[in-house]
Amino acid sequence: MHEAAVHPHAPPQGFLRTHVFSVDHKVIGKQYLDLALVAVCTGMVLSWLMRLHLAWPTAAIPGLDKLSPNGAAGGVITPEYYLSLMTMHGTIMVFFVLTTAPFAGFGNYFLPLQVGAEDMAFPRINMTSFWVTLVAFLVLISSFFVADGPALSGWTAYAPLSAVGKDAGPGQGLGQTLWAISIAIFCVAQLLGALNFIATTLDLRTKGMSLARMPFSTWAWFITAVIGLIAFAVLMPACILLILDRVAGTSFFIPSGLVISDRLQPHSGGSPLLWQHLFWFFGHPEVYIAILPGFGIISHILPVFARKPLLGPRAMIGCLIAIAFLSYTVWGHHMFLSGMNPFSATLFSVPTLIITIPATIVTLLWIGTIYGAKLRFTTPALFCLGFVSVFVSGGISGFFLAQPSIDTYLHGTYFVVGHFHFVMGVAAMFGIFAGTYFWFPKMFGRMMNETLGKWHFWLTFIGVYCVFMPMHYLGLAGNVRRYSAFTDDYLKPLIPLHRFITIAALFTGAAQLIFLFNLIRSRFRGPKAPDNPWEATTLEWATTSPPPFDNFGGKPPVVQRGPNEYGVAGAGGADYLMQAAPEPAPAR
Amino acid sequence: MTTVASPPRSPPPHLPPSAHRPTATGGPEPKPAETGVWVAIATISMSFAALTSAMVVRASGAPDWQHFRLPPILYVNTLVLIASSLTLASARRRITPASALDGLPRLYVTLGLGLLFVTGQVLAWRQLATQGLFLATSPSSAFFYVFTALHGLHVLGGLAGLLYVLRRLRRVVPVPMTALGAATLYWHFMDVLWLYLLVILIIRV
Repeated sequence: MHEAAVHPHAPPQGFLRTHVFSVDHKVIGKQYLDLALVAVCTGMVLSWLMRLHLAWPTAAIPGLDKLSPNGAAGGVITPEYYLSLMTMHGTIMVFFVLTTAPFAGFGNYFLPLQVGAEDMAFPRINMTSFWVTLVAFLVLISSFFVADGPALSGWTAYAPLSAVGKDAGPGQGLGQTLWAISIAIFCVAQLLGALNFIATTLDLRTKGMSLARMPFSTWAWFITAVIGLIAFAVLMPACILLILDRVAGTSFFIPSGLVISDRLQPHSGGSPLLWQHLFWFFGHPEVYIAILPGFGIISHILPVFARKPLLGPRAMIGCLIAIAFLSYTVWGHHMFLSGMNPFSATLFSVPTLIITIPATIVTLLWIGTIYGAKLRFTTPALFCLGFVSVFVSGGISGFFLAQPSIDTYLHGTYFVVGHFHFVMGVAAMFGIFAGTYFWFPKMFGRMMNETLGKWHFWLTFIGVYCVFMPMHYLGLAGNVRRYSAFTDDYLKPLIPLHRFITIAALFTGAAQLIFLFNLIRSRFRGPKAPDNPWEATTLEWATTSPPPFDNFGGKPPVVQRGPNEYGVAGAGGADYLMQAAPEPAPAR
Repeated sequence: MTTVASPPRSPPPHLPPSAHRPTATGGPEPKPAETGVWVAIATISMSFAALTSAMVVRASGAPDWQHFRLPPILYVNTLVLIASSLTLASARRRITPASALDGLPRLYVTLGLGLLFVTGQVLAWRQLATQGLFLATSPSSAFFYVFTALHGLHVLGGLAGLLYVLRRLRRVVPVPMTALGAATLYWHFMDVLWLYLLVILIIRV
């Protein structure tokens, strides 16, 4: 390690150092993406189990009793096990997919390339960050195999439910402790990652790469790292306090006189609201940790296929910074029903409405960019357009939820489920898909299949609308969330809609097999990719596909201009100028 | 929570720094190790700010908050930690890119004082324990143990960083001044952080 550090140009020898315990940011980026792929498959299967149970509550799911003899005796999911599935689905998706893939995965691979660096600032810390993330994932997954199964208090782990231990239900014993340990470990990994992203962006930019010339995706990863640095720094101590409440008998979050399962809890004076404040101070910025890299990826990709410069590049960066700043002022909008002072609800409602302004400007800048453009309808371009669509669809319902009086009715319903799945889940996933189709040629030196890509896009696009749009209607009709079955009279008429959603979810999930097939097949059989297949301007396209170990073959590029030079007179009749290309001869 | 940022790779010795890493601007040579420590300082500050606000919320209106007298040894520990910062600053002044030899004795003293501080903190815990104040006794004692333990862990991280730098100071020429600077910066921050914690512990606990 020490020798490698002194000679950064020497590629490592041996399989372990090259592919497993590698300090190369490109290998680490791919490892993060692989982890996210495993996590997203796990999370999706969990969502199928929940959807099947919601649509046909008495149906037995074959084989499920093997995974949990108590939670699914005979294959039928108990209400408690349903909550466990929900908790694990949310936790896996938010932490190990939406944080891991767009930020840690693509960011690790492409941030150093885009700023013209050989590697991250601290390669060994970078490697540590990945392996710590993997440990966190394994700890979380291990809770499936402990006696009482995984935690059931939701991905938000509200105290005192999450703090009191076994009395609160199956899964609230060891399962919940493993959850808290896993998330605390995950925080460490993300803080190490954010440290690297920030130092690399500030200190390792190549000659000529001023801040104003950084690609939009680099900006987004940098801003996300700053958000993560503050957010995970709060979740980490919160998890430590939670663990202490659970294992050491302290009373940070457990109030006096609490009786659960007919047992008086031996704690006093704690504040359940304190957990919610600490959690959502992390939790709301976490939403932006998931979506801002998507903003960056879309802003990076859209001009490439519009063959036009991104509209208002400075406004775009300004909006990203404004969103990052405002994301720290709105956490209370998750807590309108928590019993906090109702006056503070207004206080949190106003910045929540204000944050829609930069978000709207960003959306208008994208639409303005494609306005009048001769769009090249490739798969990454389609996913960019899909991103804008689902982000708008999900964002609009946010206006409603931002107002305490309306949220009081909608907060506990499927309206919120539809809202955040669109705006945070599906939008971020579309960003990941756009990034995958766009950067795959650079990462593996081969092109992905366009026909399969387009099939994947259209089936997914239609599918997610069929899944999440009806949830808004369910919510308006008063369909409560977090219930494992709808047996109340007023909910029974809604069951057909739930069946439709379930079928749509299975269909959409099956459509992802096309993606998986394309991914694996293209990796080995795809046509060879040129260095710059999409005619883009940024530095990652100025090196070979895939890039050499030190990224630019020992010749760091010298940047001449910003990333936004599309629709200009380039060399050899091209309509773009690469960031590091020398000035072309003036046209006669 | 981050531990100390281990200093990154140094520039290859056979190249001048400017040839190794072209900079974006005409400004001074960037020092990622120091940037990294500044970032770590930001995130550690945020963690302790969160814990402070948690303590303020927990203490307000809680009938079970017990005030207790801080163990007097904490004040001795404070002096020890400040002294370690002074010896470290003095060591750094004696180290030049050409040679680290003049500063090494003071660095060893710094390490010793750092270890002494951690030992002193453990003694403070034992004093509290003999008074019957444990982690779960009352929210005030819980916060006391959480604050001192987390700070102690970060100090141990700083000691590990100093040891790493010390090892390289003795082996690598030119002397890795950036790494030394980064470790020093982190160590001074541990000092400042402890003074802050001591003040809020005096006020609240």
